[in-house]
Amino acid sequence: MEPLFAILVGALFTVAIYLFLSKHVIRILMGASILGNAVNLLIFTAGRVTREVPPIILADSDSLSDAAANPLPQALILTAIVISFSFFAFLLVLGYRAFQELKTDRSDEMRVAEPLGEQSPPTGY
Amino acid sequence: MAGKSEGLQDLSTVYALEPLAAADWLIVGPVAWCILIGALLLMLRKRTDVQPLIAIPALVVLVLMTLGLVWHVAANGTQTMTMGRWLPPFGISFTADLLGAFFAATSSLVALAAGIYGRSDVDDSGRRYGFYPFLLLIMAGILGAFLTGDIFNLYVWFEVLLIASFGLLVLGSGRKQLDGAVKYAFLNLIATTLFLATTGYLYGLFGTLNMADIAVKASELRGTAPLMTLVTLYLLAFSMKAAAFPVNFWLPASYHTPRLVVSALFAGLLTKVGIYALLRILGMLFPFEREELSFLIAIAAVLTMVLGVIGALAQNDIRRALGFLVISGIGVMMAGLALGSPAGLSGAILYAAHSMVVMTALYFAVGIAARLGGSFELTSSGGLYTRHGLLAGLTLVLFFSVAGLPPMSGLWPKIMLVKASLDIGAWWLAGAILVTGLLTTISVGRIWILAYWRPAPPDRSGDAGASPLPLGATAALAGLVALTIAAGVWPEPLMALSQEAARGLIDPSAYVLSVFPAEVQP
Repeated sequence: MEPLFAILVGALFTVAIYLFLSKHVIRILMGASILGNAVNLLIFTAGRVTREVPPIILADSDSLSDAAANPLPQALILTAIVISFSFFAFLLVLGYRAFQELKTDRSDEMRVAEPLGEQSPPTGY
Repeated sequence: MAGKSEGLQDLSTVYALEPLAAADWLIVGPVAWCILIGALLLMLRKRTDVQPLIAIPALVVLVLMTLGLVWHVAANGTQTMTMGRWLPPFGISFTADLLGAFFAATSSLVALAAGIYGRSDVDDSGRRYGFYPFLLLIMAGILGAFLTGDIFNLYVWFEVLLIASFGLLVLGSGRKQLDGAVKYAFLNLIATTLFLATTGYLYGLFGTLNMADIAVKASELRGTAPLMTLVTLYLLAFSMKAAAFPVNFWLPASYHTPRLVVSALFAGLLTKVGIYALLRILGMLFPFEREELSFLIAIAAVLTMVLGVIGALAQNDIRRALGFLVISGIGVMMAGLALGSPAGLSGAILYAAHSMVVMTALYFAVGIAARLGGSFELTSSGGLYTRHGLLAGLTLVLFFSVAGLPPMSGLWPKIMLVKASLDIGAWWLAGAILVTGLLTTISVGRIWILAYWRPAPPDRSGDAGASPLPLGATAALAGLVALTIAAGVWPEPLMALSQEAARGLIDPSAYVLSVFPAEVQP
């Protein structure tokens, strides 16, 4: 199971990086969303994938059986999902507001903060 | 646990620690306090007149708490508090060592200055957008990052401070701000996602996220696990956060766009969290891998400091020039990390603390200057010295300090770093630090001559009205200037503190012993 997941994570990273290379903010945004999911899957896989036993300690035992699933990655992913979702929501609004104000969604045309023909500092007193 | 069978221990007693001493609450106190006050201020979002009256005393309490933590840690060694009183590594540990406590206290002082400065810099609309709640929440993220002992928790605090910094950056939603925020937000999001991915790999290899546990297990895993890959990914992720060359271009694109007090806070604190993470993870957890990478880090450090200051020389906007000086300072800290010796690391720690105070104060100074009828543009400003000699004097002190000239606080960490470089024969690294100091002197000297010393441009000389210095803002500036002078003329306590902190990084046994007391060794 893990090799399959590892390949899938690699594929998602590839797609995300491809989208990051785009100049359009909306594509970068989709890349960020895919990257977040790729990382969640990565953490899940890193915790080892098992399918047999839920992580519950039985009454006559004081430790988990060896085949039990690892609950910690799920807790980590849950945290990461919440965070990446809220970031995605913020970035979506930010991208939209930037589009409204700057009239473009191409990152290389966003030159308000760093204008192209910037004045040089004075060379003399 | 009624009805459990014989022979089993009651897990609730085995897995829990002793109740905590009262002083241990100082470890989580600062973070909890910031979140609490942040939430309170969020409820009072519309009461713009009340907000600073709550926020500033709360920040004073925060400073006292973090100073108390430094005193506690210096007197009693590294302190750990594990959440839920669970046995580490199962509970999330907060571990305050001298490095974390020192940075926490310095950043709290800076936040207090920003809170006072913000009173006059942030108008009512900015307060309604939530300047003070965000200030407290960003401090929660920063202090959490400095004090946590769990690497996934470090990621969470990074995100807390990042989302609060987004809020501060777009405060008011000007066109420039939105432009800068797009670049800042995406690049920082990629950096933290990379940090998270690497932490996933680390968990897959180590099966633990507790830093003390990782420090212990790293030596066992070194032969078999691909730790170099892991550490290289961490280096890239944190270098992006710290704005080291070649992943620094988000900083000059965004740091001059928000309100001045926000720029000042970011310049002082945010990049230093990246440096802290580099020191903690490369310096303490993976020293062997850091040694392998040290040449690469040194090259990045030299390029960061030299290209940063050359960028500053090319700017007409003073705020942008200061942004490049922030980057240049990051290069000097990276040089200390590359050296890795006790002297190198302690130099980096002291320089980071110096840079927190001085960079914030510099932004304050140019902000007051711009408000008093000068401007942020070098071409059109001047005449400040004749009208406001006090401000010009305070600014000159800061310019000397950032350039590393005596008797200000920038001198000592640079001496430590130059000596540490020469000790191992890295003359080129020492030379780069000295050349950077020279170029910084030229860069800030020119700003001072043009914006302060030069007579006001003829078209403005009419309005040479004696607009008075804004009192609160000048007091915040003067407080930070007093700190840099005090640290410059009486450096011994801080040098001893940073050397002790560096020793704690190089030999983490005290850190490990604090998380896992002898009776509960894993």
